[in-house]
Amino acid sequence: MIEVKNVDKSFDGNQVLKNVSAVFETGKTNMIIGASGSGKTVLMKSIIGLHRIDKGRIEYDGRNLPDMRMSEIRILRREVGMLFQGSALFDSLSVLENVMYPLEMFSPSTKEEMIERAFFCLKHVNLEEKAFGLAPSEISGGMQKRVAIARAIALQPKYLFCDEPNSGLDPKTSLIIDQLIHEITHEFDITTIINSHDMNSVMEIGENIIFIENGEKEWQGHKNDIFHVDNQALNDFVFASKLYKQVKKANQ
Amino acid sequence: MSIISDTGKYILLMKRVFVLPDRWKMFFRQFPKELEKLGLQSLPIVIIISVFIGAIMTIQTKLNTTNPLLPSYSTGLVTRDTLLLEFSSTIMCLILAGKVGSNIASEIGTMRITEQIDALEIMGVNSANYLILPKITAFVVMMPFLVIFSMALGLIGGYFVGVFTNIITTADYLMGIQYAFIPYYVFYSIVKSLAFAFIISSVAAFYGYYSYGGALDVGKSSTNAVVNGSILILFFNLLITNLMLN
Repeated sequence: MIEVKNVDKSFDGNQVLKNVSAVFETGKTNMIIGASGSGKTVLMKSIIGLHRIDKGRIEYDGRNLPDMRMSEIRILRREVGMLFQGSALFDSLSVLENVMYPLEMFSPSTKEEMIERAFFCLKHVNLEEKAFGLAPSEISGGMQKRVAIARAIALQPKYLFCDEPNSGLDPKTSLIIDQLIHEITHEFDITTIINSHDMNSVMEIGENIIFIENGEKEWQGHKNDIFHVDNQALNDFVFASKLYKQVKKANQ
Repeated sequence: MSIISDTGKYILLMKRVFVLPDRWKMFFRQFPKELEKLGLQSLPIVIIISVFIGAIMTIQTKLNTTNPLLPSYSTGLVTRDTLLLEFSSTIMCLILAGKVGSNIASEIGTMRITEQIDALEIMGVNSANYLILPKITAFVVMMPFLVIFSMALGLIGGYFVGVFTNIITTADYLMGIQYAFIPYYVFYSIVKSLAFAFIISSVAAFYGYYSYGGALDVGKSSTNAVVNGSILILFFNLLITNLMLN
């Protein structure tokens, strides 16, 4: 479980996060949603430790990140997996080598065990074996996302972060990636945090949704509650499209 | 102000680079790749430039030393000392600052803007150490070989002038390149080249590592790496020459 308590973050006097508190539960797909520029990416980067916060606490199962030294943060990060918006696969390595990289860096396993684990992760994300030897540039965007997920779960992380996992993907592939993240979260009992503004994803897998508006937490709840919330900012964001307006009407 | 803050950032980056690798196995996997990429792949340009400059220098020296009081071997002697003292270390390093410096800066810069460096950091890897240390060590190791190779090829280039033209006889040239040889000049040249190799690779890595934005910004980082690397080479050339030859 990750707990964020009264977090403030400013850049050059511009306060981006204002007293944000939230709980991200284990075994659930926690989602941070909000419009562009609302502060959701800053919140996620602050939770990971890529931004130093001005005030507040970020607790990973009781361990407060801002109190940690760099060496301690590095050790904590070995419990973290991350799926980047652009996949961030290493160009110079093949698909299999990308997944094996964190294992080779931190796992005490033998080479055979590492290959076995990498094969398991890649097959778990439904990647065909013939793609294992290819370079990231030789596979599609959807496949790159799957490889990135496989790499993120290779070390059996306790925490999984996904930054805009559906960015640049078609709706069908987006759905597959969403379901994959959801399955992995439940199967391995991971604390997953997804940063997204894709409403399809939110309605598909959002089990604990945190809505950020102008750097403040406006609302937190389950996807099923979202139709019955009386919050103007949230309604403007969620039901911006005609389709979702109709869905809301149908639900009421 | 920017120079002071950049120098501070550079020193802090080097502090992160020069620590023991998390996994020596990974370092020794990267190291030969960098030897090949930064060293061996620089050989063609070193060969071409050294041979041609050696030949051109011989012709120009001969044409500008027509005084009958000068001994006939003086052309070979001047060519040799110019190659040993300045060309094969400093000028060759300025050329390599363009080739290797831009290569390092653009590679690391692209990794930065495509979030690959962030991915390493999130995994708990010391990205500066993992990416930069093999490059600096490999280039510093390869540089003396490139310099000695350049010296030999430059002298061979001058020899070709004797063989293929009537400007100088091969006997005069060969006598000149052996006359009053000072081995310390080779040592001096190698010491300089080691310092320049460090400057080229570390400055380029610094600009690449702190790239941000898009492809255009990686291009800017690459240009800054080459320009500032070259200026530092010239400055340290003056400093080392003053220390070692004065």
